Amino acid sequence: MTETSIIAPYYRQNEPQPGEPENWWRFFTFSTDHKVIGIQYIVTAFVFFLVGGFLAMVMRGELITPEADLVDRTVYNALFTMHGTIMLFMWTFPVLNGLANYLVPLQIGARDMAFPRLNAVAFWMVPVFGLILMASFLVPGGPSQSGWWAYPPVSLQNPTGNLINGQFLWILAVALSGISSIIGAVNIVTTIIRMRAPGMTFFKMPVFCWTVAAAQTIQLFGLPALTAGAVMLLFDLTVGTSFFDPATGGDPVLYQHFFWFYSHPAVYVIILPVFGVFSELFPVYARKPLFGYKFVAVSSFVITGLSAIVWVHHMFASGTPSWMRMLFMATTMTISVPTGVKIFAWVATVWGGKIRLTTPMLFALGGLVNFLFAGITGIMLAAVPFDIHVNNTYFVVGHFHYVIYGAAVMGIYAAIYHWFPKMTGRMYYEGLGKLHFVLTFVGVNLNFFPMHPLGLQGMPRRVASYDPEFAYWNVIASIGAFLLGVSVLPFLLNMISSWILGDKAPANPWRAIGLEWLVASPPPHENFAEIPTVVSEPYGYGKNEPLIAQQMVSTELASELS
Amino acid sequence: MKVRVILRLLLLAAIMTPISIWVGQQAYHWMPEPASEEALLVDNLFSFLTTLGTFIFLGVAGTLLYSVLFQRAAKYDEGDGPPIEGNLTLEIVWTAIPFVLVVWIAGYSYKIYDQMGILGPMEHVHMMGEAIAAPLTAAAPAQPESIEVHARQWVWEFYYPQAGVTSTELHLPNYTRAKLAMTSEDVIHGFYVPAFRVKQDVIPGRQVNFEFTPIREGTYRLRDSEYSGTYFAAMQANVVVESADAYHQWLNQAAAQVPQPGLNPSYVEYQVRVENRDSRPGWKTVTPAPAPLVNFPGSPDLPIPGP
Repeated sequence: MTETSIIAPYYRQNEPQPGEPENWWRFFTFSTDHKVIGIQYIVTAFVFFLVGGFLAMVMRGELITPEADLVDRTVYNALFTMHGTIMLFMWTFPVLNGLANYLVPLQIGARDMAFPRLNAVAFWMVPVFGLILMASFLVPGGPSQSGWWAYPPVSLQNPTGNLINGQFLWILAVALSGISSIIGAVNIVTTIIRMRAPGMTFFKMPVFCWTVAAAQTIQLFGLPALTAGAVMLLFDLTVGTSFFDPATGGDPVLYQHFFWFYSHPAVYVIILPVFGVFSELFPVYARKPLFGYKFVAVSSFVITGLSAIVWVHHMFASGTPSWMRMLFMATTMTISVPTGVKIFAWVATVWGGKIRLTTPMLFALGGLVNFLFAGITGIMLAAVPFDIHVNNTYFVVGHFHYVIYGAAVMGIYAAIYHWFPKMTGRMYYEGLGKLHFVLTFVGVNLNFFPMHPLGLQGMPRRVASYDPEFAYWNVIASIGAFLLGVSVLPFLLNMISSWILGDKAPANPWRAIGLEWLVASPPPHENFAEIPTVVSEPYGYGKNEPLIAQQMVSTELASELS
Repeated sequence: MKVRVILRLLLLAAIMTPISIWVGQQAYHWMPEPASEEALLVDNLFSFLTTLGTFIFLGVAGTLLYSVLFQRAAKYDEGDGPPIEGNLTLEIVWTAIPFVLVVWIAGYSYKIYDQMGILGPMEHVHMMGEAIAAPLTAAAPAQPESIEVHARQWVWEFYYPQAGVTSTELHLPNYTRAKLAMTSEDVIHGFYVPAFRVKQDVIPGRQVNFEFTPIREGTYRLRDSEYSGTYFAAMQANVVVESADAYHQWLNQAAAQVPQPGLNPSYVEYQVRVENRDSRPGWKTVTPAPAPLVNFPGSPDLPIPGP
C-alpha cells in the first residue's frame, strides 16, 4: 500500500471541517466530507423517491379502471415517463452513490474519498438536473412523453414546435446525470484502488466495496455510450440532424443499441451494491462468516463483464436478426451463473446460523426472496420464443419491479436501517421498522405479482386504457401500489423521530465486524485517529480473531494487565 | 452422516418434483387460449420454464424459510454460529449446476425458435429506397400473397392486394400460413396478437415481413406493442380467423363494398378533446391520422376472451 497511513493532526479530531458549521446546516453546504455528502445523496434521492412514487400512485389510480378516465392520455404518458426517469436517475443511482460515499471510505479505512471536491461537485449536480427535470412540468407541451427509453421517432415528434420542450429538458437532465455519475464513478473506483488501509488486500476487502467497484466500473464503460446517444438525439431534436429519424434517412434501431448498451448494465449498477448489502448483513444477523467469500466477491466482476454483452435481449422483438437473438439469449442466460453463486452463498451463510430477525435482516431476507423470483422470471425472459410473447407487456414490468423495488429498494432500506446508528448516532425504533417491513413486503407482492398474469394474458405496458378482461389483476395491483404508498409513512416517522429522539447508539450496536464499527457513531471527522492495519478477512464471526493489528496489541495488553 | 444428508435431499427432491410438474402443467392455463402453431410451441416452453423455476424457487426459498423458522438465536444468546467459511466442492457444484441448467434451457429455447421459423426482420428486408430504384428488375412482386399491414398513429389498416380489399379488421384463413408485409408511416409500432404469441416491431422506413399460422377459428385482439405516443393504448384491432371458405366469401363481399371510413377510436377521442367536451387538462398531442377509407371497417365490439 501507499503511504496513506499518516496520523491525522490532533486538532482535527472530532471537529467539523474548518469553515464548516457544526450543526445540521452543514448538509446544505458545499461540504467535502464524504459522510456529509453520503447523507446529502441519500436524503435528496429519497425526496425524489417520494415524487416518483406519487406519480406511480396516480398511474395506478388511472389503471384501476379499464377506461382512460382519471387523467388525459398525454398526462398519463408523461407520468410513466417521469416516473421511470425519476426512479432510476434521481432515486436509485443517487441513493446508492450515497451509501457508497458514506460506507466505502469507512470500510476500507480511509479518511475521505480520493477527490473530495469532485465528490461534492458530483452530488450538487443531482439537485440541478433534478430541478431541470421537474421544470419540464411547466414548459408548454409538458414533460417528455416518450417513455424513459425515449425511442425515436416518438421522442423526436415535437407537437408544440418549441425549442425548449419537455423532451429537450429530459435529454439535458439525463446527460447531466450521466456526467455526474461518471465523476462519481472515477472517484469511487480510484478510492477503492488507491486508498485502502495497510494490510487490506482486495481479498480482505468487504464485499460491499467489491460490488460498488464492480458497479462503478459499469458506469465508466457504459455511460459514454448513453451520453453519446443522448447528444445525437438532442441534435436530431433541435438542429434537425438525422441520426435516428427514418424520415430523413436515420436509423431508429441504432438508438436502441446505444440506449440499451448502457441501460441494461445500469440495472446491474443498481443491483450489485444491493448484493453487497446482502453480503454484509447476512453474516451479521446469522452470526456466521460469509459463505464462499472469495467466490461471492469475484462473481461481482464476472457480472460486470457479462453485463456488457447482453443488451440486445431488450430488442428481441425489435429489428434484430435471428443470429443476434440466439447469441444474446446465450449470453443473457450465462449471467445467471455468477448471480446464482451469490444466492446460494447467502442461503448457505444463513443456514445453521443464530438468526436475529431485526428490521435490516427482515428487509434483506425479503429482498432475497423477491430477487429469487425476479431471477427466475429473468431466465424466462431470456428465452427468445417466450420473450417474443411477453416482450413489452406487463410481464416485463412485473419482473423489473421485483428487481428494482422487491430486491433493490428493500436492500436499500435494509442498508439504511443497518447503518442508521452509525450515520446518526441514534437507534431507530424496531417496532416501526417491522411495521414498515410488513407493509413493504406485502405491498410489493400485491402490486407487482399481478403484473405477471397480466403480461401472460397480453396486456402491453405503457397503456393508459386496456380491455376489460384485464380489470381483475389491475385492481389488485393498484391496491398494492397504494399500500406501498402507505408503507413509507412509518419509515419517515421512524427516521425523523429516531434521529431527533432515539436512544444514543454505541459504536457497534450489532456486534458487527468491520472497520466502520471500530469508530464512534457517528464517526469523527476524517474517520480514523490512526489508520488501522488490517490483518484478517472480513466476516470472522465465531472465529475470535482480531480484524486489525491495533486490536492484537490491545488484547495482548489486556491479557498482560490481567 | 453423508448418506443421511443425501437421503434427505433425495426425499426433498421427491416431494418437490411432482409439485413442480403440477405447477408447470398449470402454466398452460395462465396463457390465452392458443390460436396458432407458434402458440403451442411457446406454451410448451413456458410450461418447461415454469416447472424448472418452481423447483428452484421451492428449493431455495424453502431452505431459507427453514432457517428463519428453526434456526433463530435464543433471546439472550449472544453467541456466534459455526465459523464455516465455505466449501470448495459445494461452490464448484453450485456453479456447475446452474451452468448446465442454462445450457439446457438455451438449447431447448433454440429448438423451439427453430421450429417456429420466425423471420427476423433483417432476413427479408426490403428497403423502400431499393424498391423504388430498381423497378425493372423487380418485375414480379416478391410475395404476392402477402397481406399488407399499414401502421400509423394510431390505426391499423390492412390491404389484400389480390382482392384489392382494404380493411381495419384483419381476416385470416385458418390453417394457412399468414404472410404479412408490414410498414409504418411515422413511428415504431409493434404487431402483437397475444393469442398467437407472436410479436414484431414495425420500423418506419423499411418493410418488415412476418409469418405465422393460425389454427383456431375465432376473434382475437391485435395490439400495438411498441409505445407509439398519445393514443398508443387505443391502437388495437380485431383479428378474425375463419375457415378458408368463409375467408374467401368475406374477401368477395368486402371487395364489392363501397369505401367508407374505417374504425379509428383514437381519432374519435381526439375530436372529443378538440371540441372541448373533455374537461381534463392535457398537453398538446400529435394529431391522429383520420380514419382511412376502407371496404370493410369491421366490428367495434371486443371479442369475448376464450374459455
